Amino acid sequence: MLGLQILIDGFAISSLYALGAIGFTLIFGVSGVLNLSHGAIMVVAAVIAWWVGGFGSGPYLGALAGVAASLACAFFTYRVIVRPIQNSRAIPREEKEIFVLTATLLWGIMLQEATAYFFTNNPKTVRPLVEGVIMILGVRTPLNEILTALLSWIAIGLLYLLVNRTRTGKSLLAASMNPRGLTLLGFELSSIYVLVWAIYGVLAGIAGVLLGAFLGVSSDNAGVLTASAFSIVVLGGLGSVSGSLIAAYVVGYLETMTAYLVNPSIRTVPVLLLLVAVVYVRPQGLLGRR
Amino acid sequence: MTRVLLIVLPALLVMALLPLGVGGYILGLLTLGYYYAVFAMSWDLLFGFAGEVNFGPSFLIGVGAYTAALLNHYWLWPIPVCLAAGAVAAVAAGAVLAVPALRLTGPYFGLVTLVAVLLLQNVLVLFAGITGGEIGLDLPDVLAIDENTNYYYALAFMTVSGGILFGLSRSPVGLILQASGQDAIEAAALGFNVAKHKLTAFCISAFFSGLAGAMLIFYLGTASVGTVVDIAVGVNVIIAAVLGGRRTIIGAAVGAIFLIGAGEILRPLGQLSTFVVSAVALIVILFFPGGFMGRLLQAGGRE
Repeated sequence: MLGLQILIDGFAISSLYALGAIGFTLIFGVSGVLNLSHGAIMVVAAVIAWWVGGFGSGPYLGALAGVAASLACAFFTYRVIVRPIQNSRAIPREEKEIFVLTATLLWGIMLQEATAYFFTNNPKTVRPLVEGVIMILGVRTPLNEILTALLSWIAIGLLYLLVNRTRTGKSLLAASMNPRGLTLLGFELSSIYVLVWAIYGVLAGIAGVLLGAFLGVSSDNAGVLTASAFSIVVLGGLGSVSGSLIAAYVVGYLETMTAYLVNPSIRTVPVLLLLVAVVYVRPQGLLGRR
Repeated sequence: MTRVLLIVLPALLVMALLPLGVGGYILGLLTLGYYYAVFAMSWDLLFGFAGEVNFGPSFLIGVGAYTAALLNHYWLWPIPVCLAAGAVAAVAAGAVLAVPALRLTGPYFGLVTLVAVLLLQNVLVLFAGITGGEIGLDLPDVLAIDENTNYYYALAFMTVSGGILFGLSRSPVGLILQASGQDAIEAAALGFNVAKHKLTAFCISAFFSGLAGAMLIFYLGTASVGTVVDIAVGVNVIIAAVLGGRRTIIGAAVGAIFLIGAGEILRPLGQLSTFVVSAVALIVILFFPGGFMGRLLQAGGRE
């Protein structure tokens, strides 16, 4: 009974983690950027979905608005913050990484504070797309929890098809392997980056809205969300999408098991210890390439 | 070098004379700013020179602060002994963290240091019965009750630490560190032990961070997660160092004092103050990547 509960809850939360982390790893894989405003963008998506949904326009319109807001944030992050740093001549190349990290971190804090200012930092629960509960072998499961896992996997599946089955997607893959080779073949690298950030915006938006409906979101969560995406991505191997998926399930189940079987207040500790161990023993992560 | 002294000495003189002219409120603020300045300068030694991005300065600060706090709270050890113990503990913790972590590079090193902070925070909250948890641990002793005395303690501490760190950064050791940060393979090929130098830098950074953390809590009278361990503390330290101008040491101090001051001046804006400070820092980073002191003090003279 408890085992089944852990299995179901863990699955839902892990799917959500996977969706949240996959955009993060995609950006790193293709353009080498670690976007530390990730958590804040997810929070913005959830809060906008909550706000628009609250006007009686229904949960669907709200969810759509949330994803749109996240897309807008992602575009802004790329055009106004990441690209100017990458193109800057004043910043030496070996320091671009730390500048992107610091700048996206600051931008994330700005988004977080602006959200807190306009919508307060009280936790907000987005109205779920579907209501009601069903019993799975005696475990009360909200339908929304099932929908969360389902939608996460649909989004991940669509991303997989896009990357592996379409011409545009293959150019993304090529950009992650050899950007210079791609430009030699006549592809415009900057339009590929814009596309990656657009995909990222949609994925982070969906993840944010689903998280808001599943667990509720407060602007204070932004840092924790970024940290968990970062840990999952490093655990799985930076830039490896399938590694991130596996890592998301490891993290999700480890956290759920700790919360149910040991003590909810230390739910993140085993994950952190595992992370340190993996980084020391195998720095490239579970499926990462050197 | 003379240009640096020409700027720093008058500034120090003004700071030393400040208690004659301004009230206790501003002095209290600056006292806090000076401790932050030491945090930021220690961080800059590691990042600006050794090229290692330490996302967890508050791990070193927190270990130093809580070691001193626990010794003082439970065993009533005198303050100087507690400060020394805090600094030693921070160096030990820094070495434990650095020896394996320095094998890693870039984002991996950053993540390990970040995780160290999260673990420390979890441990402190988990053993709340001993450490006071989120509420904090009150200390029976304080540095001084008088504002002026506290101010001079902080100013003297910042000046001495800043002098040592700056001197170190301009010494041959600093140059080797800079070389290892920019091109570790070439530095090693020239016969320098890169790992040893980076470890030394980490330990020095840890020493001053831990000592400053311990001083800070004896000034505040309590040790709490929010003031010395929280990720937000580390983020502020990093922003201060980059804002003031990386690889300058003194810039980090300027950035830290600016950050503390700006946060206070903008307090009437309420919640928006953090937003404005972050926006200012972001604009500086985007348009003046050298920071406040970049042009003035850049050690490499790149400009």
